[in-house]
Amino acid sequence: MFHFSNLVRSKGDPKIISTGPSSLTSADRLARGLGWFSIALGTLELLAPHRVTNALGMEGREGLVRAYGLRELFAGVMTLSVEKRAGLMSRVAGDGLDMVTLASELRPSNPRAGTVLAAMVMVGGITALDYMCAQDLKAQHDPRRGRKRLYTDRSGFPKGITAAKGVAALPRPTRSTATT
Amino acid sequence: MKALVWHGKEDIRCDTVSDPEIEHARDAIIRVTSCAICGSDLHLFHNYIPAMMPGDIMGHETMGEVVEVGSGVNGKLKKGDRIVVPFTIICGECEQCKRGNFSVCETTNRNKHLAEKVFGHTTAGLFGYTHLTGGYPGGQAEYLRVPYADATHIKVPDGMTDEQALFLSDIFPTGWQGAAQCDIEPDDTVAVWGCGPVGQMAIRSAILLGAKQVVAIDRIPERLAMAEAGGAITINFDKESVVERLNELTDNKGPEKCIDCVGFESHISMAQPDSVLDRAKQMFMLENDRPHALREIIYVCRPGGIVSIPGVYSGFSDMVPMGALMNKGLTIRTGQTHVNRWTDDLKQRIADGQIDPSFVITHTVPLSQGPEMYRAFRDKQDSCVKVVLKP
Ligand SMILES: NC(=O)c1ccc[n+]([C@@H]2O[C@H](COP(=O)([O-])OP(=O)(O)OC[C@H]3O[C@@H](n4cnc5c(N)ncnc54)[C@H](O)[C@@H]3O)[C@@H](O)[C@H]2O)c1
Ligand SMILES: [Zn+2]
Ligand SMILES: [Zn+2]
Repeated sequence: MFHFSNLVRSKGDPKIISTGPSSLTSADRLARGLGWFSIALGTLELLAPHRVTNALGMEGREGLVRAYGLRELFAGVMTLSVEKRAGLMSRVAGDGLDMVTLASELRPSNPRAGTVLAAMVMVGGITALDYMCAQDLKAQHDPRRGRKRLYTDRSGFPKGITAAKGVAALPRPTRSTATT
Repeated sequence: MKALVWHGKEDIRCDTVSDPEIEHARDAIIRVTSCAICGSDLHLFHNYIPAMMPGDIMGHETMGEVVEVGSGVNGKLKKGDRIVVPFTIICGECEQCKRGNFSVCETTNRNKHLAEKVFGHTTAGLFGYTHLTGGYPGGQAEYLRVPYADATHIKVPDGMTDEQALFLSDIFPTGWQGAAQCDIEPDDTVAVWGCGPVGQMAIRSAILLGAKQVVAIDRIPERLAMAEAGGAITINFDKESVVERLNELTDNKGPEKCIDCVGFESHISMAQPDSVLDRAKQMFMLENDRPHALREIIYVCRPGGIVSIPGVYSGFSDMVPMGALMNKGLTIRTGQTHVNRWTDDLKQRIADGQIDPSFVITHTVPLSQGPEMYRAFRDKQDSCVKVVLKP
C-alpha cells in the first residue's frame, strides 16, 4: 500500500506496510466531522451571507449572518482541537441561537417559510448530534473510568524513606557567609 | 514489525512497518524488550510540537537486546548485550558531549538546519520526537535502530530487571537532573509542581539529595498519594491555594528550590483564569505554551532561590513574570536531560538498593494496546501513572 510519509524516510528507517487500529474513537471522529462542518458553514456565512439570506427570505440581515459565521468558525476551531467537548457545547449554544433567529423568520409573510422550517429541522438534528457526541466524549474521557487505586505503598525506596534521606547529599564546604 | 505510529492529532496506531536496517557504520539495532509512554509523548499526541509527520514512529524510553552492530561501533557493543537507550542521541565527541551537555550534542540532529532556524542553534537528535530533532524513528516498536550506538547506550548490569533499568532512558535522570540542578542544601524546602512520572522521580531525587522537606503539587489523588509515599508533603491545587500553603510551610518565605515537572500543558481550569486565556490563545496560534505552573513558581519562590524546569516548553510563553524573576534574583536552570551525564551514578544507586524506579509503573501491557493506553494515560483513567509496553 502507498503511504505518502514513506517518501521522507531515510534508507534504514522503517516504512509503513499496513496500518492498525487507531486511538481515535468514533466520537472523536464524529467531533472532527462536526468541526469541519462548522468551518465550512462559517466560511459560507462569512463570505457569502447573501446566499443564506436569499434562501431563507431574510434579506437585510447579512450583518447578523456574518457574525454567526465568525461564531461558527470559532466553534469549529475549538471542536477540532483537543478541547472538542467545549467546542461541541459552544456549537449547541450556537445552534440554539440559530433556532431563535430562524423562528423569528417563520412569519406567514415570508415566501421562504418552508425553507426556514426545513432549516430548523436540520439545525435540530445537528444539535442533537452535537449534544450526543459531547456526552459520548465526556464518558470516554472521564478520569473516573477504570479502577481507583491509591499508591500509598509505593515509596520507591527499597530500604525505606529514612534510610534514603540524604544518602546522595554531597559533603559541602561550609557556606561562605558574612563573618562576624 | 509492529510499531506505534503517529498519524495526526490524537491518532496513534499500532501499524505493521518494515524492520529498521543499519544505515551507518555507527548504528546498532536492538530487539526491544520494554518501552514506555512518556508525558512528552502526550505533547506529540496533542500535536502541540511542530514538525511531526504522519508515519513517524513514537517512543523514546526504550531498552532491549543488541541484535546487529555496524562496523563502526568498534567493539563498544556486541550482539546479545542488554542496553537501555537514552532518549538523547549523542556522538560522544563534539564539544558539548565532552562537557557532558549531551542533550545539545552538535552532531546527531540530522535536521540541524530546522533546529537552527527555530532555536538559533541545533540541539541533539532525539528518538521519536519530531523532525526538528532529527525525525528519528522511536522505540515504541519491536526493533529500534540506534544511531551513534557506540556512545548512545547504557549497559544494563546482570541481575537488573527491565523494570528497574528502563527509566534510565529518560524519567529517572530527568527527575534527578531537575533536583540536582537545584544545588539542594540540608535546610532547603524543595517544591515540585506536577506528580506525573517525572515529578515522582524528582521527589525521590530531592529526598536522596537531602532536602529538609519536599512538597508535591498536583490534583490527581493517586498521584498525590504516590508522592506522599515517596516522602513528600502534598498540596492538591484543586482544593487549596498553592501559594498560601507553600508560604505556610516555609515561615512565609517561600520554597528555596522549585521544580516545574508540569511543562507547557498546565491544567486548564476556571479557578486559574490565566490557563483558560492561554488555551484560547493557543487555539488561535497566538501563544504556544500554557505556563501557569511556571508563573506560580516564579511568584512563590524564595528570593535568591533556584527554579529548575525539566517540564517541556515548546515555543513562546506569555506573561511570564519577569519582574519577579529579576528582582528576586532567581536562577533558572532547564534543559532536555543530559541523560548519560547521570546514568553511571544512577545505575549504581539502583544496584545498591537506594532507589527502585519501577515503583512508578502502574500498567504493563502488550505493544498492541499502545493506542488505547495513550488515551488512558492522557485522561488519567484506571489510576494510570506510567505505562510500560511489551513488544
Ligand atoms: N526535560 C526533559 O528531558 C524531560 C524528559 C521527560 C519529560 N519531560 C517533561 O516533563 C513534564 C512532565 O512529564 P510527565 O511524564 O510527568 O507527564 P504527566 O503529564 O504525566 O504529568 C504532568 C502532571 O502535572 C500535573 N499538573 C498539571 N497542571 C498542573 C499545575 N498547574 N500545577 C501542578 N501540577 C499540574 C498533571 O495533573 C500531571 O499529573 C512534561 O512536560 C514532559 O514533557 C521533560
Ligand atoms: Zn520523555
Ligand atoms: Zn556530541
